[in-house]
Amino acid sequence: MSVFSKERYGFLARSEILGLLALAALIVVVVPLSLDIFRLNLVGKYLTYAFVAIGLVLCWGFGGILSLGQGIFFGLGGYCMAMFLKLEASSVENTKIQSTPGIPDFMDWNQLTSLPWFWQPFKSLPLTLIAVVAVPAVFAFVIGTAMFKRRVGGVYFAIITQAVAAILTILIIGQQGFTGGINGITDLRTLLGWDIRTDHAKYVLYFVNAALLMGVLVLGYFVRASKLGRILVAMRDKEDRVRFSGYSVASFKTFVFCLAAALAAVGGAMFTLQVGFMSPSFVGIVPSIEMVIYTAVGGRLSLIGAVYGTLLVNAAKTALSESFPQLWLLGLGGLFIAVVLAFPNGLAGIWGAWIAPWFARLTKSGSHGSAVANGSPAE
Amino acid sequence: MFEGYSLGDLASIFVMQGFAGLILFSVFVLMALGLAIIFGQMGVINMAHGEFMILGAYVTWMCSQIFQNYIPALFPIYFFVAMALAFVASGALGMLVEWALIRHLYKRPLDTLLATWGLSLILQQVYRSVFGPREVGVDLPSWMMGSLQLTDTIEVQINGLFVMSLTVVITVVVAFLMFRSGWGRQVRAVVQNRVMAGAVGIDTEKVDRLTFGIGCGIAGVAGSAFTMIGSTGPTAGQLYIVDTFLVVVFGGAQSLLGTILSAFTISQAQSTMEFFLSGSIAKVLTLLGVVGILMLRPQGLFVLKIRR
Amino acid sequence: MTTQPIGQGMAPDFLLEIENLTVSFDGFKAVNDLSLYVDKNEIRVIIGPNGAGKTTVLDLICGRTKATSGSIRFKGQELTRLSENKIVLAGVGRKFQTPSIYDDLTVFENLEISYPRGRTVFGALTFRRDAQVIERIEEIAEMIFLSDRLHERGEFLSHGQKQWLEIGMLLIQDPELLMLDEPVAGMSVTERVKTAELLNRIIKDRSVLVIEHDMKFVEDIAHRVTVLHQGKVLSEGSMERVQNDPKVIEVYLGH
Repeated sequence: MSVFSKERYGFLARSEILGLLALAALIVVVVPLSLDIFRLNLVGKYLTYAFVAIGLVLCWGFGGILSLGQGIFFGLGGYCMAMFLKLEASSVENTKIQSTPGIPDFMDWNQLTSLPWFWQPFKSLPLTLIAVVAVPAVFAFVIGTAMFKRRVGGVYFAIITQAVAAILTILIIGQQGFTGGINGITDLRTLLGWDIRTDHAKYVLYFVNAALLMGVLVLGYFVRASKLGRILVAMRDKEDRVRFSGYSVASFKTFVFCLAAALAAVGGAMFTLQVGFMSPSFVGIVPSIEMVIYTAVGGRLSLIGAVYGTLLVNAAKTALSESFPQLWLLGLGGLFIAVVLAFPNGLAGIWGAWIAPWFARLTKSGSHGSAVANGSPAE
Repeated sequence: MFEGYSLGDLASIFVMQGFAGLILFSVFVLMALGLAIIFGQMGVINMAHGEFMILGAYVTWMCSQIFQNYIPALFPIYFFVAMALAFVASGALGMLVEWALIRHLYKRPLDTLLATWGLSLILQQVYRSVFGPREVGVDLPSWMMGSLQLTDTIEVQINGLFVMSLTVVITVVVAFLMFRSGWGRQVRAVVQNRVMAGAVGIDTEKVDRLTFGIGCGIAGVAGSAFTMIGSTGPTAGQLYIVDTFLVVVFGGAQSLLGTILSAFTISQAQSTMEFFLSGSIAKVLTLLGVVGILMLRPQGLFVLKIRR
Repeated sequence: MTTQPIGQGMAPDFLLEIENLTVSFDGFKAVNDLSLYVDKNEIRVIIGPNGAGKTTVLDLICGRTKATSGSIRFKGQELTRLSENKIVLAGVGRKFQTPSIYDDLTVFENLEISYPRGRTVFGALTFRRDAQVIERIEEIAEMIFLSDRLHERGEFLSHGQKQWLEIGMLLIQDPELLMLDEPVAGMSVTERVKTAELLNRIIKDRSVLVIEHDMKFVEDIAHRVTVLHQGKVLSEGSMERVQNDPKVIEVYLGH
């Protein structure tokens, strides 16, 4: 039996299980063994973007809904986490030199004398963890319901999500007394007394992040293999037909948009934990659209491709901007164009069209190298 | 928010802010006109539109430098030469881009969005390499400087008046092109039914290329106007692109009049609120208002009811 | 709303009652004060020249277009205020003029999506492809001549096969009112014969509303024929009566 056969175990095809195992081996074993803690932390940061990219595969690749505002949800998740950590770092002891001790330093600088009401819930870790997922999901639900019920789609949806990202960025920067402004929320120290700045903590957080990512991938495969996954593809193809088969298209779109938002938010929260701050530069238009390119490079139809795409683009960004900063924008711009013009299915498409068949010939197995990696949505 | 102002003050404030809003309105209209042609007529999302505008601004800046240094006698009229050159430069680049990129993507509107975003990044970097990262400003000829004192409390700047008259002229020309010229008829024919238009002998490829070129060329002229009210930098165009798209979408993508009215509404709302509230909150409220209205009326404000 | 049953002597409870239906697009009345009644298990064919408003009537019934005024009642339930998917759940199925299937999904999956279970978000997530589902899909596939192509993607089917697949998708939905928009248009002669046979089989035990131009086909299946012209009913009755109506001959058949 070929490695690339479509034999299924539960909702996973055999090849998908192998793909997941290979990825797990890479990010849990190979990468931690071969990189120092600084570089590993960097990879951990990249992997938090992969949550967004996986959400975009579900939402854009399968559902055909291009959101150019995923930074909103990444940021909201990250800010929720950062607010908790900031409050913990702003104990009365730590802030006794302030005119109002016990509130975050930037509030004190902006003449606030008490903690705003919407910061109150973030004194509690359980409430924070709920908020990390719930705040972005509810926000996405409001946007999604309003737009999808009125059949706003395609480029209109993309532009409106972009506008919302712009609004949120302006708001965060403008309201610095409540949000930390352009610098964001910085100087985060401990999680329930556990110092997140140590190398050990960074190791632990990296593995937590990796495990969450694998979990999210499995969830993504589950959604894709369910009938809901096929309805998403059907909707992308012929929205009216789905409607006239008795489905509420708006509900399905809202669901997948909320799911993508929640995934992005988990990534954002892990970002805050690993990097130690959150700022509006991860919320706005530019980061949001960059997150789309991760998905496009990985292959917009491939969940696992999204992870590789994210890693590859970010590795290239780091390498190029360290040595030739002026080349990075050219490279990124070229990547956008090349992916769209020449490789609409990204890395996964290249894998499915050339590498997988080559492997299949190599192992002299089944007649056709089924292109599973390009996630032909029909499967 | 009105406490502490007398009625007379308020009236002056509204007039002055209204006038400031009119300049913003002019740039919006000029940018949005080009975008409305490209998006409304061709269905292409050109995220690099701001960079086409900035190309026009750089061309204008170069002209001002050349005239100042080599032919100072003609400096007072350099601006008209610059505008023409800006149109040609942006238009030519637009046609090149259409040929190399856009024409392959007509059936994938979301992909044009990504590809032109990539193009905008490349153009920004090119500007940065060629013109440097610093912002540049043009010197105005003396006749454009100064302001007109209308009453004790109200004065308007001459360059602002000039930009506005320019906008009116260009809008009239575009309207004429779209609704009276043979090209406009061909564009509308292609929009309505590409296959039929091709079948009756319209060279649809040429029409597409010309349309995209003209849209970009108008952006170039907008860039010329832009130099008079802002300084030109590699990323200045990106700041306007989302606003401009909102203007176009808000007005109803296929309606020229809608584009103008929506540019007017948005710029006036923003500029009036800016005086009483902080700039960022004014902007947030304006954008929120637009997004809110778009959610209620996704087809835009000025679209006829048609059978799908 | 004042509704008086028209057509004295008929049973007052029709399956579908359309009364004083009007829709105007920007002043142009595509459907103008139209009233139409369809009985249970009746096969009604709508004919009429291009632009008569035939497709618009189907659009109005299935909720794709919203009426300007008038009412559409299905089993006594007002449809004009329901969303499209609710209308489907009420028991109305619609086949589009151009074959409307999912190119990226297999024939099996196309049919599965129309299977009337798991239509909510949660239901779709937890939907199980059990023996009952598979059996029903295979049964339908047999009926629409696609048994041997179950696992092929929709885009690889021929035009006629796509039409059959869409009919199959409606069948599995099991609607009480089936609306077909030119089901044999663009088919080869052999496909046409097979389709007529298929339609004759599936229209039993349900009401059917068909738009068709092929007069031979209309004659074969219609119980009653309605002729539309400029958004209004021009003539109605048996095929024979309609064919001999001078008004009809003038605007349509006489061409």
